[in-house]
Amino acid sequence: MAPMPFTGRACDHPRVTESTSVDETPRLDRRADGRLVAGVCRGIADHLGLEVVIVRLAFSLLIIAGGVGVAAYIALWVLVPSRDEPAQRDWTQFAAYGALILGLSFLTWASGLAKAALWPLVAGGLGAAVLWQQADRNQRQRWLRTTTVPLRRMWLRSLLGAFLVIGGIGGFVAQRVNATEARAVLIATAVILSGVAVIATPWLMRLWQDLDVERRERIRSQERAELAAHVHDSVLHTLTLIQRSAHDSREVQRLARSQERELRGWLYAPRADPDQTLAAAVQKIAGEVEDDHGVPIEVVCVGDCSLTAALGAMLQAAREAMVNAAKYAEAPSVSVYAEVSGDDVAIYVRDRGKGFDLDAIPRDRMGVRGSIIGRMERSGGTATVRTAPGEGTEVRLELKRS
Amino acid sequence: MTRVVLVDDHQMFRTGVKAELGPGIEVVGEAGDVDSAVAVIKSAAPDVVLLDVHLPGGGGIEVLRRLHGNVTARFLALSVSDAAEDVIAVVRGGARGYVTKTISGPELTDAIGRVADDDAVFSPRLAGFVLDAFAATDAPSVDPELDQLTQREREVLRLIARGYAYKEIARELYISVKTVETHVSSVLRKLQLSNRHELSRWAAARRLV
Repeated sequence: MAPMPFTGRACDHPRVTESTSVDETPRLDRRADGRLVAGVCRGIADHLGLEVVIVRLAFSLLIIAGGVGVAAYIALWVLVPSRDEPAQRDWTQFAAYGALILGLSFLTWASGLAKAALWPLVAGGLGAAVLWQQADRNQRQRWLRTTTVPLRRMWLRSLLGAFLVIGGIGGFVAQRVNATEARAVLIATAVILSGVAVIATPWLMRLWQDLDVERRERIRSQERAELAAHVHDSVLHTLTLIQRSAHDSREVQRLARSQERELRGWLYAPRADPDQTLAAAVQKIAGEVEDDHGVPIEVVCVGDCSLTAALGAMLQAAREAMVNAAKYAEAPSVSVYAEVSGDDVAIYVRDRGKGFDLDAIPRDRMGVRGSIIGRMERSGGTATVRTAPGEGTEVRLELKRS
Repeated sequence: MTRVVLVDDHQMFRTGVKAELGPGIEVVGEAGDVDSAVAVIKSAAPDVVLLDVHLPGGGGIEVLRRLHGNVTARFLALSVSDAAEDVIAVVRGGARGYVTKTISGPELTDAIGRVADDDAVFSPRLAGFVLDAFAATDAPSVDPELDQLTQREREVLRLIARGYAYKEIARELYISVKTVETHVSSVLRKLQLSNRHELSRWAAARRLV
């Protein structure tokens, strides 16, 4: 598993020689860029300030001299954290992996293992590869950051790897060991495994629990950060504005209402899209009119449906009615009620303001006739205005969904 | 004179409400959490309890659970939120009405008087929710008397949702205010007792049962 010594890859040193800080020596970590197998040699070279070729040569020598290099390389691979960088694979890496596989194949063939048990070996090797890939710290962190589904995938992969390894071992045992011996071997194995389990289980359990606690803590702190950001952007900002316009009670009320609506929407409301459904659209329009004119608008919606062109026109008419009520009625508040019942859609806009005489409106005034009644009739609906001076006003819009 | 106990964990809010309540209402006790609320209500024996939905120690619903049926007081729920789950939980827990804290002093005084007379107090939002929950469906009802609203009850609720006061509803439907009150109380009873499929599913989806 050592890097091949034949690559004389040019390498760049990221060391900053002018720096006088204590961190002059780069931390020992595995790097994704410029690596051949796992980036161990590359990392060591950076850490020690050596040419990467020298490190690779040293490892190769260690491997040839009795195989210590293999163990050292694997240990470093597992223990040294990798830097979180996007890995770029290039042809040198493929060459290195190819050489690795070639070498391993040659080794198994030369030692006679291939002839003895080829398929168990291949299966076991594949399983081991899957399991080790799993153990890659970087990969694991990526999974931990996300939630349940990838976690399940992690389990599935581990299971597959374990299955392959056990299958490989089983196959080997079945081929090489005769039945009577196998019994003894199996019993011995079971005893050893239960011993290992007894020793390792508490430790593994604790590790798992720690991990769980840590993950929960991280999720909680993320939520807290999000909440803090939201409160800062909206509520604190509004409170500042309210202090600055304390003399203007109307403006203060408008700011407070607007902020309340926004915060409520953020805390409680299911996130419906105002471009998609009627109820959300009515709420949004009411909010906008309220913001523009500073009159509270209470909205109640019963039922809901998706928007159509005709309903879009109806919403325009409703907006016009709300604007009229907010602007001219001089009422303390406006009530809006939207109801979808079967195919019937109705929107009521009501105020207890001063009202007006419908017949006294000049014919050229567009407000009520053009924007509300005309618009509704063009869309195949009806609009009724009920008002009298001193009696308040109610605009009733009705439409059949086709 | 209507005797009232205020239960709310915000001292500032209690003070504000006390200042706003009209004549004819006497505040005989205050409490800021579930345990002290239960104690105060038992000892002061008020006519009406103004009950905050969100309280330390289990919320307004816990106060209702411990006291409902044991005391003569009627409960009017008060909340800063008008989220449907809050509304349904306290009303089904035994409150005779639900208003939001933005309610004006005169309106609150009026609502307390109505609850004291054993009538129900429905905000437009609550009326909207009830219409939603009792919307006509094909689902078979276990108890038609409880699981369905009459045409008249529907009309009354719709007008409440449209922002009409009881007096205006009475004029609109050519009935007396007393009849309007009867209809609303009947709806409240159905809301509290019905095991209507939609209602329970709705509650289950919000983890209320």
